[in-house]
Amino acid sequence: MEEKKLYTILVFSENIAGVLNQITAVFTRRQINIESLNVCASSTPGVHKYTITCYCTEEMVNMLKKQIEKRIDVLQARFYTDEEIFMLESSLLKISAPTMMENPEVCRIVRHYGARIVEANPTYAAVEKTGTTEEIISLFEALNKLGVVRQFARSGRICITRGTREQLDEYLAEREREQ
Amino acid sequence: MRQDNTTNDKTGELITGSEALMRALQLEGVKTIFGYPGGSIMPVYDALYDYTRGEKKAFDHVLVRHEQGATHAAEGYARVSGQVGVCIVTSGPGATNTLTGVADAMLDSTPIVVIAGQVPVSSLGTDFFQEVDLVGVAQPISKWSYQIRRAEDVAWAVSRAFFIARSGRPGPVVLDFPKNAQTQKVEFRPEKVDFVRSYVPYPKLDQEAVQAAADLINNARKPLALVGQGVELGNAQEELVALLEKADIPAGRTMLGLSALPSTHPLNVGMLGMHGNYAVNLKEQECDVLIAVGMRFSDRVTGSLKTYAKQAKVIHLDIDKSEINKNVKADVAVVADCKESLPAITKLLKKNDHTEWRESFRPLHEKERVKVIEPAIHPTEGPLLMGEVVNAVAEATKGDAVLVTDVGQNQLFATRYFKYPRHRSLCTSGGLGTMGYGMPAAIGATFGAPDRTVVCFMGDGGFQMCIEELGTIMEQQAPVKMILLNNNYLGNVRQWQDMFWNRRKSFTRMMNPCYELIAQGYGIPYVAVTERNELPAAVAKMLATPGPFIMECAILEDDDVLPMTPPGSSVDDMKLEV
Repeated sequence: MEEKKLYTILVFSENIAGVLNQITAVFTRRQINIESLNVCASSTPGVHKYTITCYCTEEMVNMLKKQIEKRIDVLQARFYTDEEIFMLESSLLKISAPTMMENPEVCRIVRHYGARIVEANPTYAAVEKTGTTEEIISLFEALNKLGVVRQFARSGRICITRGTREQLDEYLAEREREQ
Repeated sequence: MRQDNTTNDKTGELITGSEALMRALQLEGVKTIFGYPGGSIMPVYDALYDYTRGEKKAFDHVLVRHEQGATHAAEGYARVSGQVGVCIVTSGPGATNTLTGVADAMLDSTPIVVIAGQVPVSSLGTDFFQEVDLVGVAQPISKWSYQIRRAEDVAWAVSRAFFIARSGRPGPVVLDFPKNAQTQKVEFRPEKVDFVRSYVPYPKLDQEAVQAAADLINNARKPLALVGQGVELGNAQEELVALLEKADIPAGRTMLGLSALPSTHPLNVGMLGMHGNYAVNLKEQECDVLIAVGMRFSDRVTGSLKTYAKQAKVIHLDIDKSEINKNVKADVAVVADCKESLPAITKLLKKNDHTEWRESFRPLHEKERVKVIEPAIHPTEGPLLMGEVVNAVAEATKGDAVLVTDVGQNQLFATRYFKYPRHRSLCTSGGLGTMGYGMPAAIGATFGAPDRTVVCFMGDGGFQMCIEELGTIMEQQAPVKMILLNNNYLGNVRQWQDMFWNRRKSFTRMMNPCYELIAQGYGIPYVAVTERNELPAAVAKMLATPGPFIMECAILEDDDVLPMTPPGSSVDDMKLEV
């Protein structure tokens, strides 16, 4: 049995309603959990970018890629291992201010993880941390042990590829030539 | 998403979105529409009134009796004519009733366009009367689904829908048409979409892959071709024959590909799959090169993938790259339209002779003929068998007819024993296995191929699953020659219960109505066959009677379809007897 790995799938689509549904349906059909999902406009006008992570085998991710790309409104789908991309995730934590005042360990942890306090008032402090999933979870766990975390939010992964070729641009240029 | 197109001339005339739909359909060359009116599609039906009569007449509209029937009729129409089948239905239940047909068309790559009414855009999401999120539910089972929210998008959306449905690997497209867009006035600007940036229907032929495929074939000692429906969809029947003949390659056909290679062709070695022919199933495990053309290695063809054709190098020709390595790993994949890839490969092939290899099929054919085929098609005693009825009809129609089947034993016997000298001669639900498909698909086939005889084999289960379409047949006088193979059982499930479920016939015995009275009610000529010697005259009467006809045959209750590869077994574990 081939080993399961965390793959990051980058999908580019035309900007129309319902594409996300079409993409997630490919996962739903095989009951594969999406670990994280980020959707936003890409740098190309009219093109949306989806960053999806999931655990599966290479054979499976290849199949997912092809079935996503088969959807009419999808321009391109590619998958990557962690070594092939620069990736980041953002997080926000809402920390109880009184507890933070009482326990100097809280601020020590925030500094240790290179997180930033972006707002502070007598009730709470908002802490922002950008980094890898592991760093963010580790920060959360460290703070949570101290019982100070009131809310915790993560963005899901975003990434850019390490390769030298811009595959979407190449695709769009080729299609323009063919039109 | 719609980009305003300013290149087309404006006519200056203001028309409704519904009228625009009529004109757009006309531009796509639509001749026949299968449909059913209802609240949310009334403006379209009002426009259709003028377009189906008088000087504006452009379409025949076939009023079906259930929207599922409309989709299967559109599928039958598309399959035999090569044109896009069209349905128009209302919102809500009308729309959801089409979903079985949409899924069926998706799995069998059949080009249809379903146009469904929808509640006005302003009422969407409010649980309005007969509102259903059609685009949402249709997306995973259709090639493309789109909501036409404005009348000015009609021309573009319809053209895009037809382009997507018929190009590349064909499939169903669903257009959801809210009522406000049907009544809105618009200046009609004809459009012809033949390019979609995010969609590459015809991948570029890779010459290296072509060369690699040719090299494998040139060096093969025991090549075997697997012919699928892609050959018919790509109109590459002649290109296929050229390749097979040049390299002298025997070819099996998938069920949907049966008429892609004439059954009379000397290189045809039969049908693949669970109930296909014995020799070709065994030889899949012996060949050294498998050449799959426009087929998708369905589980019904391959049996257990763990053991399937492991000894062979696999060449896979398909227009859909997502089929490559999906079920069977390809050593060489040629992703392109086979109309283009087949001749490109043929050009590089050396003339070859594989007489010895081809001859090695013969003893296995003979074994099947003696053990299975002869007893099935020429029995001498006992109740009537399905195989002999199919054979009698095939002989009487001289293979010239279009075969339509329902799903189950009737389908397996009919596809096995019918003959296919002509292309585009088969309508059957292969992928989804939709019972109830037969009767409406046969109606569609009579419109798609009006000059051909259309015979439709159904079991008593499937006959009743879309029995309401007898009303359509009556009204249209659609010349469907219906052959009801009545064994009082859901025969295929009964066969599996007998073989794999300790003979516990759980709800497969079925009480049947008097079909003669039903036929009478619809005014459809009917004949019953209970004795073997009545069969030839009954078939002759059926074929000689103009218009529709029902021939009901009383079939042996526990007739089994053989040979059979038990589910999950190796393809060469094929059983000639139970």
